[in-house]
Amino acid sequence: MELIKLTIDNRTVEVEKGTTIFHAAKKLGIEIPTLCYMNLKDLNIEHKPGGCRICVVEVEGRRNLAPSCATECMEGMVVKTHTVRVLNARRTVLELIISDHPFDCLICAKSGNCDLQSLAIKLGVRDIPFQGEKSTYKPDFSPAIIRDMDKCIMCRRCETMCNDFQTVGVLSGINRGFEAVVAPAFERDLDHSECTYCGQCVAVCPTGALTEVDHTKNVIAALSDSKKTVVVQTAPAVRAALGEEFGLEAGTLVTGKMVAALRQLGFDYVFDTDFAADLTIMEEGTELLDRLTRHLGGDKEVKLPILTSCCPGWVNFFEYNYPDMMDVPSTARSPQQMFGAIAKTYFAEKINVKREDMVVVSIMPCVAKKYECTREEFATDGNPDVDFSISTRELAHFIKSANINFNALPDEDFDKPLGESTGAAVIFGTTGGVIEAAARTAYELHTGKTLEKVDFEALRGFDGIRSASVDFDGVDIKIGIAHGLGNARKMLDDVKAGRSEFHAIEIMACPGGCIGGGGQPLHHGDSSVLRARAKAIYSEDESKVLRKSHENPSIIKLYEEYLGKPGSEKAHHLLHTHYFDKKSKQVLLD
Amino acid sequence: MTSVKLKLKESDVQKLKEVAKSFNNEAGELINVLHKAQEIFGYLPAEVQEVVAQELNVPVAKVYGVVTFYSFFTMLPRGRYPISICTGTACYVRGAEKVLDEFKRILKIPVGETTSDGKFSITCLRCVGACGLAPVVMVGDKTYGRVTTDGVKDILKEYDTED
Ligand code: SF4
Ligand code: SF4
Ligand code: SF4
Ligand code: FES
Repeated sequence: MELIKLTIDNRTVEVEKGTTIFHAAKKLGIEIPTLCYMNLKDLNIEHKPGGCRICVVEVEGRRNLAPSCATECMEGMVVKTHTVRVLNARRTVLELIISDHPFDCLICAKSGNCDLQSLAIKLGVRDIPFQGEKSTYKPDFSPAIIRDMDKCIMCRRCETMCNDFQTVGVLSGINRGFEAVVAPAFERDLDHSECTYCGQCVAVCPTGALTEVDHTKNVIAALSDSKKTVVVQTAPAVRAALGEEFGLEAGTLVTGKMVAALRQLGFDYVFDTDFAADLTIMEEGTELLDRLTRHLGGDKEVKLPILTSCCPGWVNFFEYNYPDMMDVPSTARSPQQMFGAIAKTYFAEKINVKREDMVVVSIMPCVAKKYECTREEFATDGNPDVDFSISTRELAHFIKSANINFNALPDEDFDKPLGESTGAAVIFGTTGGVIEAAARTAYELHTGKTLEKVDFEALRGFDGIRSASVDFDGVDIKIGIAHGLGNARKMLDDVKAGRSEFHAIEIMACPGGCIGGGGQPLHHGDSSVLRARAKAIYSEDESKVLRKSHENPSIIKLYEEYLGKPGSEKAHHLLHTHYFDKKSKQVLLD
Repeated sequence: MTSVKLKLKESDVQKLKEVAKSFNNEAGELINVLHKAQEIFGYLPAEVQEVVAQELNVPVAKVYGVVTFYSFFTMLPRGRYPISICTGTACYVRGAEKVLDEFKRILKIPVGETTSDGKFSITCLRCVGACGLAPVVMVGDKTYGRVTTDGVKDILKEYDTED
């Protein structure tokens, strides 16, 4: 390792060769402002297009200011990070960017959370000397994401996420100069592209150019309609992140406060998607065991590995990219959809409410779930199983707008029966969790023995692609795990090419799984919050008395009273689904 | 960018595949492959870009990004006599814009489009390297130097008889 010595703001610093000025300054505690730059360390993503020039510094002996995020340190370099020239240049750059930006802050969905706005505040921009035409572009309203390119600053972070990390490849910078925007091929709408609605572009967009479709209004309308029974479900990953929106440290569990807040907002029943996650394990685990048993019995027809199907971003990706493998994923619906189906049948019947009079709302870390609940196959006579899906961020706004002092709320418990869950369900929120939950149940059902240790440490972790073997009483079950669609693609291509063999594979579209979902509080480039959230999830699991899905009493009762047994005809009708070949169905729309 | 729809024939797809193959199907050769494709088809409709994307294994959005970035590429079929006007610095300072305006006025089409009879189209080029002849206009392969606004009519007249 070669070391380099340089001077920044009259202080000497030693760094590894190849380090940028930005990082060297950081080492000295100097925070140079950035805008287009993004560094998600835990995901190995460093995006440094060097495009915006907000991070410029003065380097002695150079005529031009240098973008510190993209300029390597040299031996003996003398750098100044806040000379008058530097400060003026930064301000001018920012003023130029703002001169082609709508002055929408008061009504922008990103307001208060926007990097451009924060920078304008930080640099104290008070007027824009440059007046002239502003570039405009048609807005795009998809079922999950809104693209408003008038607010795009061409940082191109979204491209890095969509193309390099997710390998979906929907977004690209097009045109040049004043006309340049980021758009799908042939400037189609997202809805006519291969977009999976994973929302990772939304999660990194520094401005209001990419935002989720906001359904809070619809939820409020339902809550104020006295004829409606409004049921809410909360996904596992929400409780590990919602607190961040209220100033709590990343990784603070706020399950009880969240329940209390939802009750105050007026939901009639506060239930938990975790209940449906336990149900998913019953159905998916049974399917896994069934395929495994047949496979071990020598059945050559049986499709292995079984792929998890609880992530709608992944399902969309699969439907576009692997139409030849339609019969490989589990047919189990996602927990969100299982919940909706059970709420509007079993539970509605129990409380004697007509399907049409019940509104099911889901709180999700996810943007893809907004799309998922609009899929036709998840509706009965046009009435959707899940009416509205709102993100963790939307819920936080909703709570704030209702003047609820979140941090002072007492802890409350979910309602029963659809609010009862086990530790196996909560770990659905993080990468490796679904397959660990499945392993806990499948092991006991397969071997007839009690698991001595429920923690499958080998399945945990943060690497994008992982594999492990689980010993099912002498039978080695090979398990693969991938999070992020680029990693999923690698894993699946390896399986297809016969380079690796698994019995079961868990895939989550988002980095870290749902804890890093597109609907979560923005991490603003600090990917360590994902690890903190994962830790919180595992601690909730540990704190539970029941940690295996098949031990959930409300689940046992549901099967006794209503579904019969896992995989029954009724269970199939309500809890399973099928997939569509979206590749060949894709129409060219110009 | 406006575009024209096209149903690619199997033989056209084959041609494109061969072009891609001649560049080892390398993603880095995207611009060269597009150049060749435009040579063959005269323009780059969406369908052609999709095949190129598939053959080079790059997202079609990226291909479209490149096509819209370089003014050389077009998604509209060019006229039988494509007119290119150099708007590089040398040509520009010697009146290329006036010449361009004259073409637009007479043919009644903006830059990037084709006359309704499919005869002429207008595009702008960055410097063609014939600065000594500025302003330079090309019609197909033929080069005209030191073009004046008055000369525009005469150039167009040359193609009168060919209909
Ligand atoms: S849409 Fe957002 S993330 Fe993408 S380039 Fe524009 S500002 Fe950046
Ligand atoms: S939602 Fe995901 S797939 Fe769709 S454009 Fe954004 S990053 Fe790409
Ligand atoms: S990983 Fe979770 S948050 Fe991300 S798309 Fe899948 S279900 Fe949604
Ligand atoms: S942050 Fe360095 S160039 Fe944009």
